Amino acid sequence: MLKRDRWRLILVAVVVIAALLTVFPIRGRVRLGLDLEGGAHILLQAVGTPEQPVTNDSVERLLAVLRNRVDQYGVTEPVIQREGDDRIIVDLPGVADPEAALELIGKTALLEFRQVVEAGSALPPGPERGNYDSRESYLAAQQRWDDVKTSIEEADALMMERAEEDPELLFAPGDEESAYLLGKAYVSGKYLVDAKTSYDNLGRPVVTLEFDSEGAQLFDEATAGNIGRQIAIVLDGVVISAPVVQERISGGNAQISGRFSSAQAQRLAIMLRAGALPVPVDILENRSVGPTMGSDSIRAGIRAGLIGAFMVLLFMLIYYRAQGLVADAALFVTLLLVFAGLISFKATLTLPGIAGIILTIGMAVDGNILIFERMKEEIASGKTPYASVDAGFRKAFTTIFDANVTTLIAAAVLFYFGSGPIRGFAVTLSIGIIASVFSALVVTRALLQVYQGRGRARVAR
Amino acid sequence: MIKRQFNINFMGIRRIALGVSIALILGSLALLMTKGLNLGIDFSGGNLVQLEFASPVAVSDIRDSLVEVEQGQSVIQAYSDRGVIIRLQVEDEAVQQTLSVLRDSFGELEVLRLEKVGPVVGEQLRKEAIIAVVIALVGILGYITLRFRFRFGIASVAALLHDTIITLGVFSLTGREISLPFIAAILTIVGYSLNDTIVVLDRVRENWKKLRQLGIDGLINLSVNQTLSRTINTSLTTFLPVLALFLWGGPVIANFAFAFLVGIVVGTYSSIYISGALLAEWYARSPEKK
Repeated sequence: MLKRDRWRLILVAVVVIAALLTVFPIRGRVRLGLDLEGGAHILLQAVGTPEQPVTNDSVERLLAVLRNRVDQYGVTEPVIQREGDDRIIVDLPGVADPEAALELIGKTALLEFRQVVEAGSALPPGPERGNYDSRESYLAAQQRWDDVKTSIEEADALMMERAEEDPELLFAPGDEESAYLLGKAYVSGKYLVDAKTSYDNLGRPVVTLEFDSEGAQLFDEATAGNIGRQIAIVLDGVVISAPVVQERISGGNAQISGRFSSAQAQRLAIMLRAGALPVPVDILENRSVGPTMGSDSIRAGIRAGLIGAFMVLLFMLIYYRAQGLVADAALFVTLLLVFAGLISFKATLTLPGIAGIILTIGMAVDGNILIFERMKEEIASGKTPYASVDAGFRKAFTTIFDANVTTLIAAAVLFYFGSGPIRGFAVTLSIGIIASVFSALVVTRALLQVYQGRGRARVAR
Repeated sequence: MIKRQFNINFMGIRRIALGVSIALILGSLALLMTKGLNLGIDFSGGNLVQLEFASPVAVSDIRDSLVEVEQGQSVIQAYSDRGVIIRLQVEDEAVQQTLSVLRDSFGELEVLRLEKVGPVVGEQLRKEAIIAVVIALVGILGYITLRFRFRFGIASVAALLHDTIITLGVFSLTGREISLPFIAAILTIVGYSLNDTIVVLDRVRENWKKLRQLGIDGLINLSVNQTLSRTINTSLTTFLPVLALFLWGGPVIANFAFAFLVGIVVGTYSSIYISGALLAEWYARSPEKK
């Protein structure tokens, strides 16, 4: 064969070997996007109020607190970045629980111990028909319950009015549909030195707090002045418990019990340790995917890809026969190059990206089909099989080029405007296009020259 | 096997084809204006949660318990006997409450995916999507004009608009959700469908010297027939893997794959017919001086 053809063959061999080395073993080499690995992508915006506008400083402090929280939660390779003046992007790969991530990032976690001015009653559970002998007694009980409910609502409304009139007072809901009217804050979370999780003597999860010396003193005064009365433990404006003070506590240690699970207690401890968010945040966008979902998606993608590839391989074999085999070999090389490209450019593979690869399977044979059809025409016009390969490639080149450039334009636009998964799609698509063009022009040609050049000129019809 | 040489008089019935296309476009536009599109949370903002229960649960039961937290109007889509995607009506607090109510009613559930898009971001994404599509179309018009001629460019872009509108029409008809990946699909179809169109136009350009001899109709007919087997085969080889993706790729990617399926079918038709037919009409009415 011609020297040029030999060089082409060597080039193909070198590229394929390099690609094989890059790709295998594949485990862990491809960077996975959040939608495949599992994790959370959260976009936050700092919320300012007229009294407390958002400043550069408060956003920086916000970043610091978030980093601290995420650090303690133990996420590997988190991304916490400022976007614009008042927005922050948080990417937490591998977070198993989407709800947890949201709470960790979005919750202000302002803890306060406040004076209880008035405590509303909790609404008892409504009467159940089964507990009463007769319908009349049940209805009577229902009526009494309704009366109780109304009186509680009225009392709550009165408390709300008082809170509105007096700036020192705060109306706060508690659990079990109870409400409180709270007075001044004695001590807050910023005096905390440590917060840990533990279990109380009933085995329920609690958070134990340790105040610094200043906080300990404030707490001491608060407990001393309220013996026999309730003190409300308020988290972000909701009363999580309001225990009665039994004795003066001077050691600066306190315990918060509420209805939390041990996972929730742990998160609360983290947030208390890292500090409350200096400004409240609004969650503008949240996309969290659990790891099960992620691996399900990968599995589904691989399955669809294999089935799709198989269908294409079969079709090419049936329709183009021997040449189809060449196209199929080129397809393998294309896919190999796509993965090698993804790995070497450290591109991130996302779910749409997998779709992009599957699309590439279809598009990869495009170039080959173009060439084969051209070759048919060349042979029909009288050229030898060997010369028709040459002519076919030459004429098909401009068409292949034009056709793929336009898809690249679309991919470029997607890359520019998209983010995350869409970007992943644009990147995989682009790599796929480049790989398939290379493979159609170089690999297929090399293989065909070898095949035709050996004189076994079996042309596929 | 398919005959190698085709000789179908495509341009002969081009008025009918154009008529059918116009009908489809008008139909799609009508649907878009009346029924509208099912905008996903990416564009209209909202909360979405995908979860799986430990044991099979009926959608109606789920709806009943959602009524308790005033989420009775949420859109619930079940993709398996125990897996659902719930699109909540509004508010973040509702997510936590909804989850606890569902846990209370049905026991353990696993949150597979949680998505929230605020209205501001939704608005932003909507604008960006439209801009992206416009830029892509303009870019393509420019490129085709550069490589071929201006009229070819217009004919190509017209075919692409035709494809996009009809795809949107199908989505409106089937009520499938429009999300960010859908826009990605549209843009990709725009770029890809152009492949077929370019192949035909390329052949037209190559045969251009026979214009005088064959007339524009004959010229385009010849070009289309010559490229027909290639066009159909490439569309088929792209259609098959995407079909696999649609059937086996999982619920998250299903709408994305469906957009491609529609796009490939419509795109192939438009490449064979629309660009060619438009060019034929145009040249017939106002032949170029060159």
